[in-house]
Amino acid sequence: MAQSPTPSELADAVRDDRSLRRFLHGLPGVDQVGLEQRAAGLATRSIKKDAKRWAIDTAISMVDLTTLEGADTEGKVRTLCAKARRPDPERPDTPPVAAVCVYSDLVATAVRELQGTGIRVASVATAFPSGRAARPVKLADVEHAVAAGAHEIDMVIDRGAFLAGRYAQVFEEIQAVKAACGRAHLKVILETGELATYDNVRRASWLALLAGGDFIKTSTGKVSPAATLPVTHLMLQAVRDWRDATGQLRGVKPAGGIRTTKDAIRYLVAVHEVAGPEWLTPELFRFGASSLLNDLLMQRRTQLDGHYSGPDHVAVD
Amino acid sequence: MIESPWEYAPAPESRDIANLKPSYQMFVDGEFVDGGGEPLKSVNPATEEVLAEVASADESDVDKAVRAARRAFDDTWSTMPGTERAKYLFRIARLVQERGRELAVLETLDNGKPIKESRDADIPTAAAHFFHHAGWADKLAHAGYGPDPRPLGVAGQVIPWNFPLLMLAWKIAPALACGNTVVLKPAETTPLSALVFAEICQQAGLPPGVVNILPGAGDVGAALVAHPGIDKVAFTGSTEVGKQIQRTVAGSGKKLTLELGGKAANIVFDDAPLDQAVEGIVNGIFFNQGHVCCAGSRLLVQESIAEELLEKLRARVRTLRVGDPLDKNTDVGAINSAEQLAKITELADSGDAEGAQRWTSPCPLPDRGFFFAPTVFSGVHQSMRIAREEIFGPVLSVLTFRTPAEAIAKANNTPYGLSAGIWTEKGSRILWAAQQLRAGVVWANTFNRFDPTAPFGGYQESGFGREGGRSGLEAYLDV
Repeated sequence: MAQSPTPSELADAVRDDRSLRRFLHGLPGVDQVGLEQRAAGLATRSIKKDAKRWAIDTAISMVDLTTLEGADTEGKVRTLCAKARRPDPERPDTPPVAAVCVYSDLVATAVRELQGTGIRVASVATAFPSGRAARPVKLADVEHAVAAGAHEIDMVIDRGAFLAGRYAQVFEEIQAVKAACGRAHLKVILETGELATYDNVRRASWLALLAGGDFIKTSTGKVSPAATLPVTHLMLQAVRDWRDATGQLRGVKPAGGIRTTKDAIRYLVAVHEVAGPEWLTPELFRFGASSLLNDLLMQRRTQLDGHYSGPDHVAVD
Repeated sequence: MIESPWEYAPAPESRDIANLKPSYQMFVDGEFVDGGGEPLKSVNPATEEVLAEVASADESDVDKAVRAARRAFDDTWSTMPGTERAKYLFRIARLVQERGRELAVLETLDNGKPIKESRDADIPTAAAHFFHHAGWADKLAHAGYGPDPRPLGVAGQVIPWNFPLLMLAWKIAPALACGNTVVLKPAETTPLSALVFAEICQQAGLPPGVVNILPGAGDVGAALVAHPGIDKVAFTGSTEVGKQIQRTVAGSGKKLTLELGGKAANIVFDDAPLDQAVEGIVNGIFFNQGHVCCAGSRLLVQESIAEELLEKLRARVRTLRVGDPLDKNTDVGAINSAEQLAKITELADSGDAEGAQRWTSPCPLPDRGFFFAPTVFSGVHQSMRIAREEIFGPVLSVLTFRTPAEAIAKANNTPYGLSAGIWTEKGSRILWAAQQLRAGVVWANTFNRFDPTAPFGGYQESGFGREGGRSGLEAYLDV
């Protein structure tokens, strides 16, 4: 790709399977060594005091508090929603999380629990996590979640079709899901651990953006490696380049494996310096995590109290 | 663009770690002694405060040091088995590591470079040079220079201020490994880490006279180079001084290696991994404030991607944090001296005068100290001074080319030839370009990577001789 594509060039890129392939393969390559070096270098920024307090509160407000187990129950979801509303009951100034993320059959419960709080309900759909189902099944999954009141849909792409080079199929499926979402926001899970190469991650990111995804998300959390810093750097570059080409702001959500405040801050530094400061908002950046929140809460107390209080001082939900 | 709601809190390293002393003496024959010259004042370029007073050598000190080195060469060092020499070098390497934090802070105070660079690049690489050469000390017979290569004798070494301890390691480690003794003159503005290194030599129990350190200005260097007791001269610094040294040494039978200036071309082809190329360009010219002889100071971009690349580059340069070098979050530190800042300013102004377009990062600069905001000149042509002369500061000149052949022609169109960079996803083009480029080091899809196993050195006015690796040994052996 010689120049930044203008929107009309982008429209041209999705005309058919061939032009889509030509466009995606014409994106600038990714040098693995350079990308990983940059990610490692940026991870050494030292964030302390006020900057750290700000980062912790911002990270809390970006969490998609998630439970995606086969054993999930309504009770479990209710508990999670309580935690989402008041992450630290002893510290009422703690910001609420951005969203609660559940399977589609539990959306109704979450919606009921979170009514009037401003916390969004996100649902994984489209035969999560494998994505291996017929398209009508996937769409029905999405429609069910939306009908139950989900504000956000986290879909998985068909990695098989992507790796086989059937980009148009993936593109159309994202478009169809986007249409089924109605007003709900669409997060497109690329499952970067299965895409294997950074070039593929960049192509999949652009494919998802072209098809109308509101967010690009790294992983389901069910495949290792899940979110990594270099992959997130790459996706942040993609939304930045998309903004430069179209003026539109799209979001990024790393998910899976981010467990500590230290990790979360490294991601925020990347958001700040790779995409830009305007991405430092829950509208455009989320953490897909379940155990991260407690570490953030403990670190928040440590910052405020001046000493560490231990895991039993925050709720295990 | 929305202003950042997030200001990183300052995270400065404590200057106490440097164990700064009010005054430092010279190191001759294993002892710290006063010098006969007018004492120097070493200044922190980030604050302009005087850090310490440093003894300076005069001609008689040079003579004493050279004699001490000769005695040490004859009596102990050259006759010692390689395995024994290796033990000393390993000990020095470990001590450099053990005192790494102290050395890093000291280096940053004295030089102005960001702590993350002195801590993560300078000091570890300096230790690595001692480790690497310690390994060679007992294997010289297998280095390809005959079954029993002999040392040259006393080496007179003069090093610059941009990497004070690292350049010392590049010079002293191979010299000692090969059985030579040394008299080293650190730069006038950055002598402190060399004098702490002298303490390390004492700690390591190095026999007296093997390493001698003589702080001083250019006149001390000139006296050292001209001293008849020297068998080998090694110099890293400006091309101008290198030429003077070559004249001095001519006909004396002294062996000479010179590592001089550069005006490296960093070539970005249209199929390059753009985001990583941007990183490489930034690393190439803004690492160590551009005080790097192999800095990628001429960016050659294929015309078809020039605009896109420049946009990305400016956006990236905007994020560089310039300021207190002791702050761990600082990317670009202070210019080493007022004199150097004036030189950079003068050359950058010539870019304006000659019609190039200057773009300067809007980053805030500290009120005190010597700072220069990262600057990118576009619309630069080969005929301009900023494309021909070494600026030795955070100033990048961007030129364009249309074809690979044109890129090579422009890259080679310089009196220098120290390093070059190639950015392309095409392996065959990397190999082709690397063969065409007249430069001592050619990096592909990376820049400014150093390793003691890789030889480093230049062509043409960038000097001759190699440092590092097997070929680096040749400069200190009678072959």
